[in-house]
Amino acid sequence: MATAATTTAAARTRPRTDVEAAIGMRRRHWLGGPWWLYLLLLLGGLCMIVPFLWMLSTSFKPNPEIYTTSLIPQHPTLTNYTNVLEKTHFPRWFLNSLITAGITTLSVAFFDSLAGFVLAKYNFPGKRAIFIMILSTLMVPTEMLVLPWYLMSVNNHWVRGDVTGIGDYAVGYWSIMFPGLMSGFGVFLMRQFFESIPDDLFDAARIDGVSEFGLYWRIGLPSVRPAIAALCIFTFLGNWNAFLWPLIITNADKLRTIPVGISFFSSDVGSAYDLIMASASLATLPVVIVFAIFQRQIIRGIALTGLKS
Amino acid sequence: MHLTLAKRRWLWAYAFLLIPLVFFLTIRIWPAVQAFKLSLYDYNPLDTEHTFRGLGNYSDLLHDTIFRRALLNTFLYVLYGVPVGLIVSLAIALGLKRVNQFRGFLRFLYFLPYVTALVAVSWIWRWLYQPNGLLNNILHNLGFRDLGFLGSTGQALISVTVVTVWYGLGFQVIIFLAGLEGIPDVFYEAAALDGATAWQRFRFVTLPLLNPTIVFLAVIGVIQSLQIFTQIRNLTTNGGPLNSTTSLVLYVYQLSFQTLPARMGYGAAITVVLFVMILVITVVQLTVLTRRYEY
Repeated sequence: MATAATTTAAARTRPRTDVEAAIGMRRRHWLGGPWWLYLLLLLGGLCMIVPFLWMLSTSFKPNPEIYTTSLIPQHPTLTNYTNVLEKTHFPRWFLNSLITAGITTLSVAFFDSLAGFVLAKYNFPGKRAIFIMILSTLMVPTEMLVLPWYLMSVNNHWVRGDVTGIGDYAVGYWSIMFPGLMSGFGVFLMRQFFESIPDDLFDAARIDGVSEFGLYWRIGLPSVRPAIAALCIFTFLGNWNAFLWPLIITNADKLRTIPVGISFFSSDVGSAYDLIMASASLATLPVVIVFAIFQRQIIRGIALTGLKS
Repeated sequence: MHLTLAKRRWLWAYAFLLIPLVFFLTIRIWPAVQAFKLSLYDYNPLDTEHTFRGLGNYSDLLHDTIFRRALLNTFLYVLYGVPVGLIVSLAIALGLKRVNQFRGFLRFLYFLPYVTALVAVSWIWRWLYQPNGLLNNILHNLGFRDLGFLGSTGQALISVTVVTVWYGLGFQVIIFLAGLEGIPDVFYEAAALDGATAWQRFRFVTLPLLNPTIVFLAVIGVIQSLQIFTQIRNLTTNGGPLNSTTSLVLYVYQLSFQTLPARMGYGAAITVVLFVMILVITVVQLTVLTRRYEY
């Protein structure tokens, strides 16, 4: 488009104020947009949040009231919450989710960044083949792997029908976590970020006597901190909310994660919406609070990783 | 033992890569090979012997009416959900970019579903969709007829799609906002100097420059929709009513874990079909995205 190019040049040569005056698009009104735009966006925003408000509202309603349609409960009660906490394994599911998502996140952060660092900063025979092999795993959908993973777990006796001791928990957690302990996407992402760090930094550190692991740990990691943070957030959220694999692999009620536990409320006690809404609130609240606090970082991280890939 | 400096670094590289290599080979690559192998057998984990069927599972797929229904449904999830999601989220992103006040708050609202568990969200919507639920109450008060939503064979698939679009909006808005930030203001200034209307600025500046972002989001959307499972499993009763919402992955789950005797070989054949579809889309994406854009 030649015209676009010439007008761009023209726009550059003119004094900027003229341009702004001529087009009138950069006026700095404090609202920025017309009032109806705010109204539309707010209406859309309501559609996003009303289901959550309805969830909270239902969770505070006593059983006879849950089919009424007032947003404010007439006789608010905590019964649903005490039922969820005392009569179901919800606290255990919460702990299970926290532990499995936490360990998985640490593992992904460490191994993916280490592999990404090596693939970006070392030269060795077979490097290209290894990188392509790791990348190729991105093309395989999880759905294709769950059946072999399941058979692998059965053959290795990792599937627990009941939980009696700490050993069963350890094996159970392992079976939930093992497929996700590293991710090809994370390796790819970290490699992209490590490549943008100049080699001189590492060479200088080598001369100062920093060990090879020290190069990764003390020089590499701190310089890609935003990317690691983004990777951690994604991994944690993904595992906290994961459903298909934990559903397949957890037989014992005590080993379930929150999403799997919630999904079984329906079959166990007929769709118990009072329990479901209370537990959904308990599952949603921590994530929403964390998101509200770190909104800026999380959104920047998503944009960052989304664009890099 | 004397090693050159270069060789010593090779050794370090291999040492660092050892555990990741073992992981990717045993947990990602070998199971993928196993899935292909599985798809050639009649496989019930309780049996000790498994009959080799060759491509029998694949030819059975051609005559399986539930599979055909699941395939059609999955395509419909893609066909309805992806374009609507892209258009709505682009509109929201363009709107958010123009407003100066409450932008963070509005963005927070749109992004909220994305950080919450899809299982929880699905159950909330199932509750809203009830025959005597909130949505029907609103319709009633506005003077409309009640809708069947998830209980109706004609509306259930659309109802699931609405939840999927609603859930994914936040992510798409964020990516679109980042894409819009990347378009230099001078392009708009130049277009405006040429007398372009707002629509023309959108059509000839925003849209072409946003093309890579749109392709990226479309591909992610298509792949995610092809893998749709969680919403359906939690919103509906196992793909009902009458399989009107069953997806490929849900059918695989039913065959492998809810059928006696389990038909894992047959299920694996369906996952291979899914794999091929995703592979084709990825390859198309790579050729589209590596094409150079010139303006």
